[in-house]
This record gives sequence, C-alpha cells and structure tokens, in this order.
Amino acid sequence: MAHAHPGRGRASRWPSVAGVVGELLVTGGLVVLLFVVYELFVTDLLNEGKQSDLSQQLHEQWDEGTAASPTTPRADLTGGAFAVLYIPRLGLDYQRVVLDGTSEGQLTQGPGHYEGTALPGEPGNMGLAGHRVGKGSPFLDLDQLRPGDPIVVETVDSWFVYRVLGDVATGDLEADPSGIPGQEIVRPTDIQVLSPIPNGPADAAPTGSYLTLTTCHPRFSARQRLIIHARLDGGVIAKTAEPDGPVALTER
Amino acid sequence: MYGWIWRHLPGGTASRAIVSAVLVLGICALLLFVVFPWVEPRLPFNDVTVGG
Repeated sequence: MAHAHPGRGRASRWPSVAGVVGELLVTGGLVVLLFVVYELFVTDLLNEGKQSDLSQQLHEQWDEGTAASPTTPRADLTGGAFAVLYIPRLGLDYQRVVLDGTSEGQLTQGPGHYEGTALPGEPGNMGLAGHRVGKGSPFLDLDQLRPGDPIVVETVDSWFVYRVLGDVATGDLEADPSGIPGQEIVRPTDIQVLSPIPNGPADAAPTGSYLTLTTCHPRFSARQRLIIHARLDGGVIAKTAEPDGPVALTER
Repeated sequence: MYGWIWRHLPGGTASRAIVSAVLVLGICALLLFVVFPWVEPRLPFNDVTVGG
C-alpha cells in the first residue's frame, strides 16, 4: 500500500539499494579471492606449459646447432632462452630454462638474465632474477640454499658449476673468506649486488666468475630482495667430455 | 541485483540455473585469462629485480 502514503515509496527503495551495494561488495570480495587463486596457482600452471615448450625448443635448437651460443655477441640472444639452470638442493628434478632479459615478458616464462651482466662462465657476475611466488615460483625456496650447494648452468656446449658462498664447515652463509655473503637480504635499490665483484664498485675489473640470484622477499611481498651469491667452481666443462652433466647435478 | 538478473533469465528454474552457471564460468574465464594478466604487471608486488 505504498502509494497510499506519500514518501513511503522512496523509503522502501532504500533496502534494495543497500542490497545492491551489498551484492556488489560480496562480488568484489570474490573477484579478489579469484585473483589470489590466479596468482598462486593459475600462473604456476600456465608457466609449466611455457617452460616445457621453451625446454623443448631450446634442446631442438641445441641439437640442430642453430642456437645462439652464449659466447656469441649478446645481440644474438634477443630475449630468448639460452641456458638451463639446475639447483639440486631444490630437487634433483629442478630445472628451469633461463631467458635473456628481466622484463615481465621474460620473467613470466622463467628466470631472466640481467642484461649487461656476465654470461655463463665469463669473468664478472652473472645476474639472474626469478619469481618467488607464482609464474612457476622458480626462486621460491632460495632461502634453503646452504654454503657449497651447487648451482649448475647448462649452455649449448658447456656445463658450469657454481657454488653458494659461505663457510661450508660451519654452514654460515655470511662467513665466506672473500667477504661476500652467500645469502643477503637487501633493499630493491641495492644494485651493487650485481657488480662484477658482488657488492663492489659497479665498474670494478672482474676477479672471478660469480652468479647472483635475485628474488623478492619476504614471500608475497616486494619490500626487499633475497640475494644468493655463488662462485664458479672449477672451469668450463665441455658437453663432449660429460654429455650427462657433472656429478654436482646429483649432489644434495 | 542478482535477483533482478534471475528474474530476467528465460525459462524455468532448470534453464535459469544452467544459464547462470554459464554466465559465472564465462566471467571467471574472462577475469583469469584477460583481466588478471593485464592488471598484474601494473601491480607493485611482483618485482623481483634490483635496480630496475
């Protein structure tokens, strides 16, 4: 009987307006939840497909001999896949195809190589960035690496074994004789971790071959960066000498 | 809002339920494969590099 009382019609519309607002808020909440599911699970699924495609393509190129060898000029890499990363500590089946470049387009596919940093085995510091959570979560468990753990890089014709810095006897990541820690947590602006000698001046002459991995820290946040430093152990291992890879691949 | 949509769907309860399910799945797919991949690079918490 709303029409019998002037003003009642407007008043009775309020519950339905509140209802629509409530429904929109609940819908918004569900969309945010769906976004979390997307970030944590769906990007991992999508990345699995991308990594296996990349791995297949890269190995085909390597077999055909048409791949850009990392020793050729950097221009030849053009943002594509050029190496495979193995970290036995994170699982004997842990392997990720590494792309050249650290733009989001590369990082959604796999770990990316910082442009201008050393290439595998070169003197200097090879920098790799990777996602911590989502996009295949390649660097999720980097905090589990201990001093002396091997990080193996495979290229078209060679293997390179890097080992995490620190004191192997005590397991202290901070206590490497070189003064460079095996693991550190830094601010996002601390670019010196990628210097030719990690944490040295940006233009220093390289004294060794280092590998630096960067990812976000803490998990689910981008407030800081988790950094892992490793140094080349021994020299280049030709694939013709060890077609199945160095023994470090099975070290845990 | 959802009540209004429900009332405007054609057919009986069964066909309305099927059409609603298709609509919900379509919107989820649109979000997962179009909207989220577009939004994500614009959010700050995916940064894993130093310097940049």
